[in-house]
Amino acid sequence: MASAPIPSPYAQSVGVMLPAFTLWWREVVRFYRQRARVAGVILSPLLFWIVIGSGFGTSFRSGESAGQQHYLDYFFPGAMVMIILFTSIFTMMSVIEDRNEGFLLSVLVAPVPRSAIVLGKVLGGTTLAAIQGLIFLVFAPLVGVHLTLGSFGLVVLTVFLVSFALTALGFAIAWPMDSTQSFHAIINLFLIPMWLLSGALFPFNKASKWIQAVMLVNPLTYGVEALRTLMYPDATHPFTLSASIMTLLLFTLFMFGLAFALANRKSKSGR
Amino acid sequence: MTPKLSAVESPPELHTNRIEAIISVRDLIHRYQDRTALNGVSFEVRPAELFGLLGPNGSGKTTLFRILSTLMVPSAGTAQIAGLDVVREPAALRRHIGVVFQAQSVDQKLTTYENLWHQGHLYGLRGAALKQRIKEILTRVGLQDRARDRVETFSGGMQRRIELAKGLLHHPEVLLLDEPTTGLDPGARRDLWQYLQILRDQERVSVIVTTHLMEEAERCDRLAILNEGKLVALGTPAELTREIGGDVVLLEAHEPEELAGRIRNMFHIDAIAMGTHVRLEIENGHRFVPDVVEAFPGEIQALSVSKPTLEDVFIHRTGHKFWNEEPMPQKGKRKY
Repeated sequence: MASAPIPSPYAQSVGVMLPAFTLWWREVVRFYRQRARVAGVILSPLLFWIVIGSGFGTSFRSGESAGQQHYLDYFFPGAMVMIILFTSIFTMMSVIEDRNEGFLLSVLVAPVPRSAIVLGKVLGGTTLAAIQGLIFLVFAPLVGVHLTLGSFGLVVLTVFLVSFALTALGFAIAWPMDSTQSFHAIINLFLIPMWLLSGALFPFNKASKWIQAVMLVNPLTYGVEALRTLMYPDATHPFTLSASIMTLLLFTLFMFGLAFALANRKSKSGR
Repeated sequence: MTPKLSAVESPPELHTNRIEAIISVRDLIHRYQDRTALNGVSFEVRPAELFGLLGPNGSGKTTLFRILSTLMVPSAGTAQIAGLDVVREPAALRRHIGVVFQAQSVDQKLTTYENLWHQGHLYGLRGAALKQRIKEILTRVGLQDRARDRVETFSGGMQRRIELAKGLLHHPEVLLLDEPTTGLDPGARRDLWQYLQILRDQERVSVIVTTHLMEEAERCDRLAILNEGKLVALGTPAELTREIGGDVVLLEAHEPEELAGRIRNMFHIDAIAMGTHVRLEIENGHRFVPDVVEAFPGEIQALSVSKPTLEDVFIHRTGHKFWNEEPMPQKGKRKY
């Protein structure tokens, strides 16, 4: 059988971008082909927002919170971060599935730098999480949030940073694991509390001292705060917008570096 | 088949006759924390050879496969493919090998075409050339009509053909397959082996297959038989079975140990007890049979005389059966 000449694969370097692109593409296509996953990540935070928001709102209406904000309004940025958290973390569960099936192996034996694998996977999860988060913005007018073009741009930036950082975190957690069960355990033990203590549910300045200390070192706090500052510029906020975004940026870079370092370890022992 | 036109840009040592062996493995050792999986294995594979790695579970063949496919770094020794070292030049080497794993690597949610499109990108193929190559390889494996269908709707045999197409997409000189027929029905098995032979003959691809099935090993040009991390035999299936010389006689007995001992004393033949049988190798087995039955009346329940098989080669070299009843060594989790 005739085989047409192909450009010699030995001649050119595969590079980072093409493999990263293709892994990104696969991540996105896979997600939207699984309807249940799409419904899950959109509907569950929406449900959380309405149920928790309404429930807390009427149970604990203190009436003295800043600007007399309704709890549903206060909770809106927190719910958005939750959507991002769920999407990015659950998307990175695919790292474990890819490993248990042969998919990851077939990528590892290809002449692809590890950085391309991390970049492709993480950008894939980031894209999905950011899109899901931004879709949630259509409910913003319901809670009285009207963004200017400038603040919309900053919301997009913040959503992107939070998505990227959490996806990279998910990647770093999933990479050494061999079962999705242990991944679920980490989600419950570490990631959900991280979200609970991010200012998503209750404001920073009303928390007790030690909770405040935890919130201060929790990078997610700065994501939630940045979004809240952008959405409710008139309310009082514990940090300035630029401080929040800068902290977020540092966290993002750190997480990506960690994910990259983990993926780059060479297997000497094979286990 | 038109010759590959990639030679111009290739490293000079490729596509020349200087390399006798396309794969050369020397004194390869691999230790896990608790056991030694490979204990000094050396062999060579020639270009366009269908080479089998035969061994029971735990013999080290999967470890060897993972080292050759650049997934693991050996503890000691060297392995080269197409003149490139698996440890020092893995990135360059990866372009020369296609790997088909036992575990499924195709993405169920993608179509056949999308899977190959994705695979091509990992090897730096793109655009019209990639499209053309996908069409070609799908025709090759007989899936050209299913390009737009999602893989999840396919049978096991069809999915395996996509795996093969993935492995061959970038025109590798060496194709490594780990237990490729696992889970396939006999028809699909036969098809796969026929295809591997076509690959060797028409495209001059060197094919390395791990297997634990004797009937598959028989189809290889040459074989390496592994046992407990060591190479116990190397050669063509015919050479290996010939070395046994004569026939294999199996005697079923109530007291195999005792019978084996008495046969050794009386006939000076190396008879060994194996489970409920006594096994021995002898020339002109049919002449020996009346003698032994007469010598031990009533003690032999049943007997068989057969030409030696690869399993007999394994027993001959290791002194025990291919299928040990021992529990399999626990496989730890792997990281790459």
